[in-house]
Amino acid sequence: MHSTSTPHKLGWLQILLLAIPCIAVLVVPWFNRLEPTLFGIPFFYWWQLVWVPLAGVFIGIVYKMVVPKGSGD
Amino acid sequence: MNVVASVVFIALFVFIAILGFASAHWRKGDMSHLHEWGLGGRRFGAWISWFLIGGDLYTAYTFIAVPALVFGAGALGFFALPYTVVVYPMVFAILPRLWVVARKHNYVTASDFVAGRFNSPALALAIALTGIVATMPYIALQLVGIQVVIGGLGFPTHGFIGELPLIIAFTVLAVFTYTSGLRAPASIAVVKDLLVYITIIAMIVIIPIKMGGFGNIFAAIPKEHLLLPPIKDGNTGMISFYTSLAFGSALALMFYPHATTAVLAAKGPNTLRRNWVFLPAYSFLLGLIAMLGYVAYAAGIDKLPELAPYFAEYKAQFAMPGLLLHFFPSWFVGVGFAAVAIGALVPAAIMSIAAANLFTRNIYKAYIKPDCTVQQETSMAKMFSLLVKFGALMFILFLPLTYAIQLQLLGGILILQTLPAIVSGIYTRWFDSKALLLGWAVGLGWGIWAASLTGFQKSGYALHLGGWVIPAYIGLYAVILNLVVAVIANLAIRKLGVANDNDATELADYVG
Repeated sequence: MHSTSTPHKLGWLQILLLAIPCIAVLVVPWFNRLEPTLFGIPFFYWWQLVWVPLAGVFIGIVYKMVVPKGSGD
Repeated sequence: MNVVASVVFIALFVFIAILGFASAHWRKGDMSHLHEWGLGGRRFGAWISWFLIGGDLYTAYTFIAVPALVFGAGALGFFALPYTVVVYPMVFAILPRLWVVARKHNYVTASDFVAGRFNSPALALAIALTGIVATMPYIALQLVGIQVVIGGLGFPTHGFIGELPLIIAFTVLAVFTYTSGLRAPASIAVVKDLLVYITIIAMIVIIPIKMGGFGNIFAAIPKEHLLLPPIKDGNTGMISFYTSLAFGSALALMFYPHATTAVLAAKGPNTLRRNWVFLPAYSFLLGLIAMLGYVAYAAGIDKLPELAPYFAEYKAQFAMPGLLLHFFPSWFVGVGFAAVAIGALVPAAIMSIAAANLFTRNIYKAYIKPDCTVQQETSMAKMFSLLVKFGALMFILFLPLTYAIQLQLLGGILILQTLPAIVSGIYTRWFDSKALLLGWAVGLGWGIWAASLTGFQKSGYALHLGGWVIPAYIGLYAVILNLVVAVIANLAIRKLGVANDNDATELADYVG
């Protein structure tokens, strides 16, 4: 391993950021409906699909916070 | 027989077979070491890890089973999507620490870690056996994907002649895994994923255009199919089942031996962290694949005369292959079917390597031949990988398919019972191995019992609690029970002062 410095520990803020996408797709009673549709796709389906790239964004933010710039492997 | 599709299919298959053999020389290491054969020398960078882990988790069975489930059961089948959304934020927090400590102590399996961390060969054996038992039916299921597409090409699938293509495919797989180890699935995964992405994107763009857009498709699906039935009369019904299935499956996924193997093969913890940012791309693809189930439903694909015989044979499992056959020219059918078949070989190879690593490290070396040389260790792993695949092939050839599906369902419940030991080992020093072993045994016993209530047909158990009926995934209930038992037993063990605090790892070993 050639890391120039060790990553920061996950704090409460980082854990919260990681938890948000998980909660968003697990509050099933809330999104278990048809309206509003998007391009003809019912809410139940597009809501969960949208959270796929959003999960990547949230993880990316946490990555930037915990991994110091320039540290590779 | 579909000649054009078969020629394209066979040509792609031959190409990846050659690639599999050639990859032994790729970033060559000393193949007599287990971490070279079984972990590719822990040298896979961000790109290859992305393909390897993606190719490993999103298996051929996924491409066949997920649209089949949506086609047959509707909204419930979509649980695969929240499942793969939840998994990456969770593993971001857990697995880099496992990688770092594994590298430091040359652990090749999760059981190696447990053995060192808790100074307990018994707990490590329990984890290893659970992993091997859960993996075997999973390998067998990969064959189902191959079987369906070979049938779809128009080959006969009964009798010895019918099983010959499957036997050939598996022999190729066995031999290149034997010679090249984890390097083979890593290089093939790149080709497989390109084929899969091309196929799925073409399907999800072209078919809805031909059918007049997603609005038309969803309008053709009955409303009760599109949504989960709401909570009613104190019964949380499908809502709690869907949620627990997504959450429980996500917890289980990364503790499957083949997932651990692909994770430990990465170059470093930051490579993994970066991977979790980009792996959701696969989940998006999975969501699109799931919606293909509705496309098939709206197209009434099972009613078409030319496809009806296939649906009679393969039932809903033919939804995705059926769409390809109906909407695309023969050459593209060949590409799509090859994507499914190759998509079976990648995870099957990794699974057999993972099972072989477990057997060699945690059973052979731990109990049978502790003084074996590194060369003996590696050749034993190679032999065992052959044995595992042969077993999976026999399973499919001689036992009813439903056995493999039921065992795979049970496998998820079993693998979840290894989670408390592994995760608590990564994060705390409080637990004693005896408490974790007891929790494992109780969780396992209850889980198998609960699954037996439905004759191993379903993965749900309806818990009656304070006037409520809460159906949920058995694996999740079992792991909660497992954890509760472990905590109570550990309190008792600490009180009695009989805890074993020997630990081969130090706090600093986890940071990186």
